[in-house]
Amino acid sequence: MKVIVLIKQVPETTEVRINPETNTLVREGVKGIINPFDTYALEEGVRIKERLGGTVVVVSMGPPQAREALQDAIALGADEAVLLSDRAFAGADTLATSRALAAAVRKLEPYDLIICGKQAIDGDTAQVGPEVAELLDIPHVTYVRRIRELEPGRVVVERMVEGAVETVEMSLPGLITVVKDINQPRIPSLKGIMKARRAAIPVWTPADVGISEELVGLRGSPTVVEKVFVPQVERRGEILEGSPREVAEALLSRLEALGVR
Amino acid sequence: MEYFFTEEQKMIKDLARRVARERILPVAAELDEREEFPAQMREWFGETDLMGVGIPEEYGGLGGGVLETCLAVEEISWACPGVATAYAANWLGIMPILLAGSEEQKQKYVRPVARGEKLAAFCLTEAEAGSDAGAIRTTARREGDFYVLDGTKQWITNGGEADIYTVIALTAPEKGPRGASCFVVEKGTPGLSFGRKEKKMGIRASATREVVFTGCRIPASQLVGREGQGFAIAMRTLDRARPGVGAQAVGLAQGALDRALAYARQRVQFGKPIISFQAIAHMLADMATQIEAARALVYATARTIDAGAKDFAKESAMAKLFASDVAMRVAIDAVQIFGGYGYMRDYPVEKLMRDAKITQIYEGTNQIQRNVIAQELLRESARKG
Repeated sequence: MKVIVLIKQVPETTEVRINPETNTLVREGVKGIINPFDTYALEEGVRIKERLGGTVVVVSMGPPQAREALQDAIALGADEAVLLSDRAFAGADTLATSRALAAAVRKLEPYDLIICGKQAIDGDTAQVGPEVAELLDIPHVTYVRRIRELEPGRVVVERMVEGAVETVEMSLPGLITVVKDINQPRIPSLKGIMKARRAAIPVWTPADVGISEELVGLRGSPTVVEKVFVPQVERRGEILEGSPREVAEALLSRLEALGVR
Repeated sequence: MEYFFTEEQKMIKDLARRVARERILPVAAELDEREEFPAQMREWFGETDLMGVGIPEEYGGLGGGVLETCLAVEEISWACPGVATAYAANWLGIMPILLAGSEEQKQKYVRPVARGEKLAAFCLTEAEAGSDAGAIRTTARREGDFYVLDGTKQWITNGGEADIYTVIALTAPEKGPRGASCFVVEKGTPGLSFGRKEKKMGIRASATREVVFTGCRIPASQLVGREGQGFAIAMRTLDRARPGVGAQAVGLAQGALDRALAYARQRVQFGKPIISFQAIAHMLADMATQIEAARALVYATARTIDAGAKDFAKESAMAKLFASDVAMRVAIDAVQIFGGYGYMRDYPVEKLMRDAKITQIYEGTNQIQRNVIAQELLRESARKG
């Protein structure tokens, strides 16, 4: 079974600071970590390999330092890792990111299953997983909390929906995004960490994955972020006093005055 | 303080710290309360390769020495000194085999320990032979191609939990300590049984039991080293392992300081955090200074041993003596800084105070350590004439 895990390097959440002048994320000196939800995706991939044999390939798009996240992934049991990194990839929204990742996945064909975390903790969009699946024209299931059955060509998963759990059967190759209930990610082994340091991690450019620079990065992104700002909260409270009847009447007339019906 | 660790040493320290903080700390209080040996030993230390830190690469370990082991023990002890005891006792248990065992014994017994699949325990102490280890009475009688062991070992750390027991027993009782030999006995051997689990003041996550030999018949190939070497093997084992107790004490003391410091910053009395009172601030300053001195001595001793020094009994005893006395004092002060809360079991420092006491007692009481140091002083001065 060949499993591909898509991961993202994000800033360590406990250290996120916003520059109040520029309203941008302060990235200098902030440690990068594997997006926490992606660690569950990786753990699940490694467990599948340990149970059924096969390989786990980890793919990430990001600046050169995202290599650290891929090294961590190898330390945690991934067999191979690929980094998509090039100036042309920079400034990508979820669509441009998904195009780049999908192109990389095509280059890694054939595969059985792609696993992603349910979302990244910095962007919080939860879009990249499903978009990659659509671009590859394969089925996907989101918010998976358990893989019940897995065999070549077929997987049965439990997916979290609001207030319930859905059991879904999907043909493979396919993609799932996972939630943290699925497992407890391991701590790497010392031998794993040493192996990861020596591991060769190829860096792929748009040309390497055969995709036009027009479709990736800032140029390939239909989303434009005009402004990021810290909202100014201006709440004013007012306490109505009097007997319950008086207060209720005062509130009603106030609401009517505001046009609430 | 910058101790100029190698990349590999930093890696071991970081990983041990992660395991300690993410896995051990959340369950430490519960293990203590329930006096429960952690079922997760293999997951914590086997799957992460930490069990193999002090084991040579040719037997499946990482090839680290005493310093690397001390770094791991210190970090584990920061979270739970009881778990650190179980971890370190495992290393102590295979030490006789590493020091004096045959190639076959090393391959057979050390390898699974390095992988965390098996646990080891070292059996020397008896009811009448504590500080006076030469007074042991357990015997090993030769019968053809076998030895038959009889006797009771007391206060054996990892007793009952371990799969491999290294045992010091008399093959020639008339010769006293010179008639002692070392054996390796596997759990499940007929005639090997376990007495009651001791109820302890501290380090309650570790298992301490009697290990009983009743006509326990083992093949002669289970002899470690040669007949009559047992006592020397035991002393060499303890000399190598003592810095580990020092590291356990340093980790414990650091844990107590960190918790006391955090508490002193947050606890407000008379309208101010109590750390702003010099009485408290100076206590913290003294705690930190003593800990750093103990740490430096433990690391220096470990480095001396790893560099191949022949004679290190004195330094090893000093590291254990000094660090354990520091741990006791620091833990007591941490409880004092917490005040009434420090006395409550809902807060973490009373456990550390209970845990600290044993570091002054086991693997040679601190009085015995002083004997060792004084003997060496005498010997050195006599040599100089």
